[in-house]
Amino acid sequence: MKEVVNVSDVCLKYQSKNGEIEALSHVSFSINSGEYVSIVGPSGCGKSTLLSIIAGLLKPTSGQVFVENQIVEKPSPVLGYMFQKDQLFSWRTVYQNVLLGLEIQHQKTPDNIAYVDKLLKEYGLYEFKDKFPDQLSGGMRQRAALIRTLACRPEILLLDEPFSSLDYQTRLAVADDIYQIIKNEKKTAIMVTHDISESISVSDKVVILSGRPARVKEVLDITFEEPTRTPLTCRKYPEFQKYFNHIWKELDIHVS
Amino acid sequence: MFHRKEKTAPISPERALYLRQTKRRRFFINLTRVGILAALFGLWEIAGNLGWIDSFIMSQPSRILKSLTNLYENGDLLRHIGISCLETIVGFLLGTIIGTLIATALWWSSFLSRVMEPYLVILNALPKVALGPIFIVWVGAGPKAIIIMTLAISLIVTIMEVLNGFMATEEEKIKLMRVYGANKLQIFTKAVLPSNFITIINSLKINVGLSWVGVIMGEFLVSKAGVGYLIVYGSQVFKMDLVMTSVLLLAVAAALMYQVVLLLERKIIKNKV
Repeated sequence: MKEVVNVSDVCLKYQSKNGEIEALSHVSFSINSGEYVSIVGPSGCGKSTLLSIIAGLLKPTSGQVFVENQIVEKPSPVLGYMFQKDQLFSWRTVYQNVLLGLEIQHQKTPDNIAYVDKLLKEYGLYEFKDKFPDQLSGGMRQRAALIRTLACRPEILLLDEPFSSLDYQTRLAVADDIYQIIKNEKKTAIMVTHDISESISVSDKVVILSGRPARVKEVLDITFEEPTRTPLTCRKYPEFQKYFNHIWKELDIHVS
Repeated sequence: MFHRKEKTAPISPERALYLRQTKRRRFFINLTRVGILAALFGLWEIAGNLGWIDSFIMSQPSRILKSLTNLYENGDLLRHIGISCLETIVGFLLGTIIGTLIATALWWSSFLSRVMEPYLVILNALPKVALGPIFIVWVGAGPKAIIIMTLAISLIVTIMEVLNGFMATEEEKIKLMRVYGANKLQIFTKAVLPSNFITIINSLKINVGLSWVGVIMGEFLVSKAGVGYLIVYGSQVFKMDLVMTSVLLLAVAAALMYQVVLLLERKIIKNKV
């Protein structure tokens, strides 16, 4: 398998009036094409910061991120980003929303528009394209957000706790839905989450970070005997509990 | 054969009762509102007729009506109202537009906005009416001075309101724009500005009120026409009927203008919140 993302010895220090905060300390890992990788860690450890660095929104203090063997210095169309909330603009229709990225990049070519139409049709949003976001359900909104991301044809998707704003039942269904779409479109995905079960259920690999300053504690490969697992079905296999206990122990979370 | 009535589904008796009650309540609220107005004017009229009050000083609804007809017949009514309305409209449009532009510049450069902070705070605290005489000396005693007066009153508030709105734009929305490689102009026009339509409309609403203050203040100081002029002139020649008439006209004009802005708001914000 081809390596598409390489995070190499990344450190990050924040400077503020009250002093210096070390958020990331010598973080390294790599991701292969087509993998679904989760990054888990205690809350506030710098998971989202790491994602921002991979996206090219934030410069690391030292170290580099390579995407397809290129150093990341600014946001690139190869990378797509999904947020915790769908961030659909309420003043735009669903269609205008999913075209936002192409519009910004001046790439609204007939070819790209046809691709967006295809995505909308394939994932059941075409008939809602002239509705406004607040007329859609939470799951449909998250799907629209994914199509907005896919519209620019990224190879790698960065997902920043994409399901955490949904209620539990919707979240299971949407996680399943988004997972299928990402696999279907053969994209590589890097997802930040604080939900251990969620990370096991969707991932091929889980990167476990320590508390601040975040270091990589372990990179855990997730494999199930059943190869055709989905995020919903894999929860019933015995390996699931084993992985859960392992990650829980590694995270070393105390309530005190 | 079959007539489906999907839209007019049968109303349950509880629903019917509820609808009847809300309708009744609304009717009584409106009735009481009109009643209070009628009672006040009625009492005022009777008090004048029976000599409880001196209607030369306190005026009287019938005298107001007469003064209104007089104004209308010699063609002054529309001229005075028109001038004041025009000054107000120019004032609040200019205030909102210039204020939004300056807020945009301050949003654009955080350095500039930090530099300007104390100036804005001081200008905001200063009672702008004190500047009136200065404006008159600078631009002459005319409509120009009045419009500058209204601008002085509404501009700083607009800048602060709109800038606050711009600054409070959801961080993630801006991040989304940056992920797509948007430049600052695109971030502003596609995310910051549209998500602050409501803030701008709100400051338009506030500015309608403030502009009327500016216009009347300005007309007190300089003018030869307008509702403010009528009030000052009326009190100087002791025509209290004219003063009362002008105040009533002012109330009606200001309320109407506010309603127009509300209507505009509903039209623009429809589906765009």
